[in-house]
Amino acid sequence: MIIARKTTRDLNEAQDVNAVELNGIHIAFPLQGGGTYEAVGETNLVVSDREFVAIVGPTGCGKSTLLNATAGLLKPAQGQVRTFAKPLSGLNKHAGYLFQQDSLMPWKTAIDNVAIGLEVAGTPRRDALGQARVWLGKVGLAAFADRYPHMLSGGQRKRVGLAQVLIRHPKILLMDEPFGPLDAQTRLIMGDLLLDLWSADRKAVMFVTHDLDEAIGLADRVIIMSAGPSSRIIGNYTIPLARPRNMADIKSEPQFHDVHREIWNALKEEVLKGYRQTEEVRP
Amino acid sequence: MNRLTLISLQVLVAVVTLLFWHIASTTTLIGNPKTISFFFAEPLAVGKRMIQWFMEGSIWYHLGITLTEAALAFIIGSLGGVIIGFWFARKPLLAAVFDPYVKAANALPRVVLAPIFALWLGLGIWSKVALGVTLVFFIVFFNVYQGVKEVSPAVLSNARMLGMNERQLLRHVYMPSALSWMFSSLHTSVGFAVVGAVVGEYLGSAAGLGYLIHEAESVFDVTGVFAGMFVLMGFVILVDWLVTLVENRLLVWRPRASVITNR
Repeated sequence: MIIARKTTRDLNEAQDVNAVELNGIHIAFPLQGGGTYEAVGETNLVVSDREFVAIVGPTGCGKSTLLNATAGLLKPAQGQVRTFAKPLSGLNKHAGYLFQQDSLMPWKTAIDNVAIGLEVAGTPRRDALGQARVWLGKVGLAAFADRYPHMLSGGQRKRVGLAQVLIRHPKILLMDEPFGPLDAQTRLIMGDLLLDLWSADRKAVMFVTHDLDEAIGLADRVIIMSAGPSSRIIGNYTIPLARPRNMADIKSEPQFHDVHREIWNALKEEVLKGYRQTEEVRP
Repeated sequence: MNRLTLISLQVLVAVVTLLFWHIASTTTLIGNPKTISFFFAEPLAVGKRMIQWFMEGSIWYHLGITLTEAALAFIIGSLGGVIIGFWFARKPLLAAVFDPYVKAANALPRVVLAPIFALWLGLGIWSKVALGVTLVFFIVFFNVYQGVKEVSPAVLSNARMLGMNERQLLRHVYMPSALSWMFSSLHTSVGFAVVGAVVGEYLGSAAGLGYLIHEAESVFDVTGVFAGMFVLMGFVILVDWLVTLVENRLLVWRPRASVITNR
């Protein structure tokens, strides 16, 4: 209890501290036949507080691995993860994580899923449910509070997931292709929703996607990763587009196209390399 | 096909079967009715016997005994299955060590244990409960074990990122997942509890439906055997219907259930 209070005060004092620092991390997995597979090679990345960073790269380049390391779900083989100036040990308590796969508890209703993060932290159930109702409203699902996840569409489940994560007010938001399985229109709407919610109390965001349009539309900075194995950061682009943005309109701005072209030229080669590797691996 | 046609067709099957049975056992159309009714009894006599049992009230006592045995077997077997299933799933080393023994014990046809249980626990209800427990336990055990193992890694990681400690994970993630598997095997495990009770009674007891059938059989009272079987059938259907009601209440969150129905 005392420790928790102290941490909060430290954070308040240090507003200019980096939310995430990945210092020379390598991430490797043991292979079945012995030896290791290095998914991510020497990587350095700094995400400032309140900064929205999108990470783009070809499939299988270890983008998700990078998020898992930041979340503390995965321990890097080498290097150090720091969060708000402290070395990370165990799970990252500042982080909220929106997973790529369905990760709602299927046996809880939408509202119970949203409230659970507060409940386990000791908020009385009534208060937790009250706040959950507010958050469901914010993601436009007030009328769906008592539905179970299997009664919701893919987009609706992602909205519940977003509310579930944001209700805990994490200082860092990790998102792993959260809108990946959704259709193009729903992705635009979800993107706008995310921007709305984020601009209310700018958290540090690490947003993994394979969709360059989405990355440029959302982020302050776009990071490009190379194809694996031992993938690393090969590009770092600041996005000069003004906020507030609108995901559909932004694509018609000339500046968007300039940035897009520049990044795509860098990414194209890596995408092709990634494809060639999957071709080779395939029997 | 609408509901009415379906039900009338279903009733028709019963009517035709009973009619055929009746004709075969009372007329010379198919064979010697004396022989046929000796081996298969007569439907009307069977019906009369059942009515007689229920009018006299003697059947309630036997039903009560069988129900008690089945219920005890189900409760004890399920509790054991849940606890051990959970324990093994959370301790992989333990599960690995005991794996061959669990498989061996489960491979044994449980009926052969009945005489041993009768020897150990006497001819009262507990030897039947024990037999039922050995049947129920493994079904519940395997389903709970699977339920804990099959928790989606994404749901688990998400729950941990939402700040759950081990105890909260148990309560909000592992428990619901394991219990959902257990509930979806409810039909099988309740059915086996009844099997354990009836087989146990059949092999040696002084009360219960199995005893009733066995007694009738030992004096070549085929009518009694058939009447006993029909009462048993009705009893099982009733229990199964109750299980469906419970299941519908408990698994509202589940779109479609997949089950391990081990033996």
